[in-house]
Amino acid sequence: MSTRPLPDYWTTRLQDYKTTGLHDYATARLLDHATMKHSIWQDGIKIGLIGGGIGVLLSLIGMVEAFSQRHIISNVISMGHTLLLVIVLLVGYMAAKRASQTQPLRVLANGLISGLMVGGSLALLVMVGNLVRLRAIFINASPVLYKLLTFDYGIGSGIFLLLCAGAFSGLLSGLFYLSPALARRVLLTSLSSVVMAGVLQDLLRPTFALWGPLAIINEWLFAANGLTIEGAVSLFILMALIIYFWAKRGSAVKAGFRGLPPTKQRALRITGLLLLIIVLLILPQVLGLFLSEVLTIVGLYVLLGLGLNIVVGYAGLLDLGYVAFFAIGAYTIALLTSPELGFFGLSFWSALPFAIIVGVIFGVLLGIPVLKMRGDYLAIATLGFGEIIRILVLSDFLRPWLGGAQGVGKIPKAAIGSMEFAGPQQIYYLILAGCFLVGFISWRLRDSRLGRAWMAVREDEDVAQAMGINLVAAKLLAFATGAAFSALSGAIFASKLGSVYPHSFNVMISINILCLIIVGGMGSIPGVLVGAIALVGLPELLREFADYRLLVYGAALVAMMLFRPAGLWPEAVHRRELQEEESVGTETESLLGPEPGKQEGV
Amino acid sequence: MWQRLKERMTPTDIVMWLIGGGMLALIIWGSTATLIAGRYTAHHWFDFMVFGLAQGSIYALIAMGYTMVYGILRMINFAHSEVFMSGPYTAYFVAAFFNSSGFLEQQPIISLFAIFLVSMSVSTLIAVLLERIAYRPLRNAPRLVPLITAIGASFFLQYTFRGLYGSGFQAYPVVKILEGEWAFWDFRILKFQAVVIVAAALLMAALYTFIQRTRVGKAIRAVSEDKEASALMGIDIDRMIVTTFVIGGMAAGAAGVLYALMFKQVHFFMGFIPGIKAFTAAVLGGIGNIPGAMLGGIFLGLVESVGPSLFLDGLGIVAPYQLKDAIAFTMLVLVLIFRPTGILGEKLAVKKA
Repeated sequence: MSTRPLPDYWTTRLQDYKTTGLHDYATARLLDHATMKHSIWQDGIKIGLIGGGIGVLLSLIGMVEAFSQRHIISNVISMGHTLLLVIVLLVGYMAAKRASQTQPLRVLANGLISGLMVGGSLALLVMVGNLVRLRAIFINASPVLYKLLTFDYGIGSGIFLLLCAGAFSGLLSGLFYLSPALARRVLLTSLSSVVMAGVLQDLLRPTFALWGPLAIINEWLFAANGLTIEGAVSLFILMALIIYFWAKRGSAVKAGFRGLPPTKQRALRITGLLLLIIVLLILPQVLGLFLSEVLTIVGLYVLLGLGLNIVVGYAGLLDLGYVAFFAIGAYTIALLTSPELGFFGLSFWSALPFAIIVGVIFGVLLGIPVLKMRGDYLAIATLGFGEIIRILVLSDFLRPWLGGAQGVGKIPKAAIGSMEFAGPQQIYYLILAGCFLVGFISWRLRDSRLGRAWMAVREDEDVAQAMGINLVAAKLLAFATGAAFSALSGAIFASKLGSVYPHSFNVMISINILCLIIVGGMGSIPGVLVGAIALVGLPELLREFADYRLLVYGAALVAMMLFRPAGLWPEAVHRRELQEEESVGTETESLLGPEPGKQEGV
Repeated sequence: MWQRLKERMTPTDIVMWLIGGGMLALIIWGSTATLIAGRYTAHHWFDFMVFGLAQGSIYALIAMGYTMVYGILRMINFAHSEVFMSGPYTAYFVAAFFNSSGFLEQQPIISLFAIFLVSMSVSTLIAVLLERIAYRPLRNAPRLVPLITAIGASFFLQYTFRGLYGSGFQAYPVVKILEGEWAFWDFRILKFQAVVIVAAALLMAALYTFIQRTRVGKAIRAVSEDKEASALMGIDIDRMIVTTFVIGGMAAGAAGVLYALMFKQVHFFMGFIPGIKAFTAAVLGGIGNIPGAMLGGIFLGLVESVGPSLFLDGLGIVAPYQLKDAIAFTMLVLVLIFRPTGILGEKLAVKKA
């Protein structure tokens, strides 16, 4: 058993222990441990079965079937099949990674076996499904699903095909793992851009169609559903070339930029920013009605996210009742403007300051009771507040003032002079202005005295207090600022819809916002943008995705916390901290290193 | 004395005491007004109490899971409400099968036993998987990390079950022997409510004995007292944590069937509100404290069923029953503000809160 070479991880570990001069005893234990845990087939089978379980689950909850409506490459592969393929490839890669790159056979065997396991699990599902009527329990275990899983070839040859496909894909993953790093990067990026082009066809097609000369791309690239084969191949080659040349020359370009004098660098940056602003300004005109609607939704979530980012990201106060302030902003506007209730009948602009002020007041009011709470207690208390507000709004008790379950309608649109912010293409500018304002405020706040106080509170409350930070003021300001942003968003939301209902303000909204902040990176302003586009924009574009939205959010939260707690676009401070920690780690290791060695020498 | 009081009270304290005092005044005013108006008879109050007791004992069973996990891991297992949902939702299919085949009518006891068994094992399975996949890798992470993971896991599970079983309400079959009512002198108790109360009481007694009297129970208590020391004493911490999740899952699965028998329906979202309320119950009794969770659950159930009529009706609020969830959440917030250690949570004090 011990003659088998060790996988990468263990060899490096052993190297570590040897340099730190650990006793032979420990080395022997480690060897035992390593060889025992990693028998040849075990990696492949175990990881493959996990992947198979995920594949079966995705099939049973209906994701595969729902996604197969959309073709990635027309009549070649659908999104549902792509989903399964991605699982097999990932699993194969994970299994292959368990072996060292110096043992190609072992790598390939691991990949092959894990792929076979995934295929086998799905085949088992099909076989069981053909014997027992699974549909009595699992509503999505339909004949259509079995047909999809067997590639429409009937049960016998279909299952054989499924197994072959699994094994082959696993093998490919193994090969991928064995190929050089540059090839891996090129392959991965260009393949995923082909998939993205297929997934986002509804976004890309109308965009290209709007501009005369670009319409040719459409014809080349897209069929009625999905990419054309030649389109996919050419896109793949194009992306591969771009990535290849960027990998070869990218550093030179970057160095060239750095070599420029500072004034020129600044000028370049400003031009870039101006270009971005111009693009943002003409975006709704270019994109058309539906996509502008999506943009406004993303924009509203960006506003909300920036607000919660201050509370959660900067000050570290996990607020699960954040939707309450959104509701308060929306209802204040409804109360002040709607002729249906007929209390005040103000215009949107004169009601807006009140909405924000009421938001701030409630932010402070709900903030005071939770000042002394920390962490999870705070989260639950705020969740309670959010629910209380929703229940009150929904109740018959407050119905004469807030409209009860029917909500409030006929909220007037915002208008400047003769220009009315009616459709999504106009509301967009309102939201964009709001985003710029709020983004600017949070950006300035981050490096201000207050922002630093918040971050100190986030890192350690007691130490922050000892350093002279007024905890009460800092926390209340965080709640108030967050509430103000949220109320602004709520106000725009109310005027956008023209009506407010209690059901628009349930706890899911809070979770969505929390999710986009965490996925983007807590405390990071561009992170909020990335999170909103990924978690709000994408699902709006993919209609078939709607049912699985919260499922994916939940999985994303867990996965982010397990594998990438800093988020997709981490805040600079966080990044620096992580790097520092790493360097500190290596330092202590090198400090400890010679110590036992000396002992050995003695 | 006044001087000292003035020094010790901060403005926020004063605001908080004002809020608390205002609440108390409202409650007293509302209750006296209701009692003077005399719209409800003793029978009404008795019915409210029995219903509250039944609901409260279900909360108490769920709260056991929260409180034990909190005691041992110092984290709120936000996904426990899905552990609670998964069991009865899966067992629904067993119940429906028994119902359609007529077995439920012939052998109601055996069928109920089977339903409980399925529900409890599914809930336990989900709880164990949750611990293994989501929580174990994060055991030493900062405090917010496992909480966020738990929230994510909760929604993931909810929508997984929605995908698996569909998004509609499923009507639980009616068990004939649990229909009707028993009369004691002048008062009547609905049979299923009595059964729920008795079954929950038995389960709680069993769990409490397990925790207090057996070796494993002792080990679990030791681990929640001090992880390092109990590891040094030769206790397998991982195993004890899994055992905790198993016990919590079993209690939640049983509570789920009782809940389904009481409200006659299951749904993928059914765990959310009882979950939060059970958490409230756990906090109410002092989180980490098992008898506290039971007491808190029953107390919460009672307040929730008696409260709307007693406190709110007298204040002239229309349809007070709509606000029963608001009462529960207000109570949660008030407890968290004024007594975060809960009713029985004296020992834990500042260290854990």
